[in-house]
Amino acid sequence: MDQVIFYGLALITIVGALATIFSRNAMYSVLALVVTFFAMSGLYLQLKAEFVAVVHIIVYAGAIMVLFLFVVMMLNLNTVSTIIRSNVNIKWIAVLAGIAMAGILGYGAYATTLPARGDNTAENGTVKILGKMLFNEYLLPFELTSVLLIATMVGVIVLTKKEE
Amino acid sequence: MLAVILFVITLGIAAYSTYFERKVAAFMQDRIGPNRAGPLGLLQPIADGVKMIFKEEHRPTGSNRILFILGPSIAMLTALMTSAVIPWSPKYFEIGGQKYALQIADINVGILYIFGVVSLGVYGILIGGWSSNNKYSLLGAVRASSQMISYELAMGLSIIPIILGSESLQLSAIVESQHEIWNVFKYPFGFLIFLICAFAETNRTPFDLPECETELVGGYHTEYTSMKLGFFLFSEYVNMFASSAVISTLFFGGYHFPGMSLLPAGVAVLVGVAVLFAKIVFFIFFFMWIRWTIPRFRYDQLMRLGWQVLMPLAILLVVVYGAIFSFI
Repeated sequence: MDQVIFYGLALITIVGALATIFSRNAMYSVLALVVTFFAMSGLYLQLKAEFVAVVHIIVYAGAIMVLFLFVVMMLNLNTVSTIIRSNVNIKWIAVLAGIAMAGILGYGAYATTLPARGDNTAENGTVKILGKMLFNEYLLPFELTSVLLIATMVGVIVLTKKEE
Repeated sequence: MLAVILFVITLGIAAYSTYFERKVAAFMQDRIGPNRAGPLGLLQPIADGVKMIFKEEHRPTGSNRILFILGPSIAMLTALMTSAVIPWSPKYFEIGGQKYALQIADINVGILYIFGVVSLGVYGILIGGWSSNNKYSLLGAVRASSQMISYELAMGLSIIPIILGSESLQLSAIVESQHEIWNVFKYPFGFLIFLICAFAETNRTPFDLPECETELVGGYHTEYTSMKLGFFLFSEYVNMFASSAVISTLFFGGYHFPGMSLLPAGVAVLVGVAVLFAKIVFFIFFFMWIRWTIPRFRYDQLMRLGWQVLMPLAILLVVVYGAIFSFI
């Protein structure tokens, strides 16, 4: 049963991701991406990472994708325009970057040994454990991410206040 | 089984909320209100439902067929999902050696689940408004989504003191932590912020700008007819029921009531369910009371209230309560 659910969710994730890329309608792309995020948080749930799953939905589906929809609706991007084609070099750079990215991810997945799926105790993945991990082992990356986010926020506010 | 019962109860309460809304409105405006269908007009919701179902379906030209149907469906679905994590009784009470719990899903991030579902509610309105191919609908949808995103932040921050106090995100644990004193007495300002945001999230007056009829005809559901319109209108009442349940659970002790420990366990559970219902009904009434008392905000006032008043206040609350909990 567990496996059936996993394959179902994995299929939805992949189909959603492909639909996001291949759809000619920006609105459908955004909605397909939302479906992908849902299937992915389903996968997190299977790993008993309830906190990550719910936060994934709140942040990505609930906030970021709504802003995407917003932009699509306001600019009325019903069909993908062909402006992207004007620079051929960008296409090759994109392909190279994609291959490099896939290589890094593939190597990362190959090199790390994941813990077996069976040993999930009920405590694993709760907020308490996650918080302790973030503020002990991963304190520096966590703080650096916070600084990055604050810098972005300040930047956005400065940009929108420009005309004054 | 429990889920089906709760589903039926939610729909029933939402249906009769429409009746009570009109009765309350009538009372406040010194009118009689619906009194034709059945005794005291009690069959009015059924008459309305039948009318909605038999009305002609209409779809505007140039609208997107799939998304046009998807919009109200998502609105209704997300509205009904919220109440699944509300605890209706103590976690495990015993009747004749058997253990029972009146809660559908006791997930350990229950409170975040509620926020997740609430933040998804905006998709129904956005998709419905966009696919109608009507500029009033689009404006209503854009208003709704920006309003919901803005108020979600203050709403999320306002409950952080509760999480700090009860040391859990699990709703059953949060209710248990109110055994001695209700959270509303411990965090009155958090309650105020949460209540205001709840009004904004359910698109109720004074925050009902998405369907502001003096400016936007009918807002995001201008082009909807028949039961699809019914779903949009109905989901508002289901949302009202859900937010009343969440407010009662987070701030008013859920199923707790004074003198609970004096009663035998089984009786206390039954009275507890009734008490929680009474709290929910009171808050639904409160929603209506506000609606027929306070006029609508202007849009810039709404945004200023959300970002420049409620947000800073909520952040201040987090800092103050964080200091209290860590140093005292």
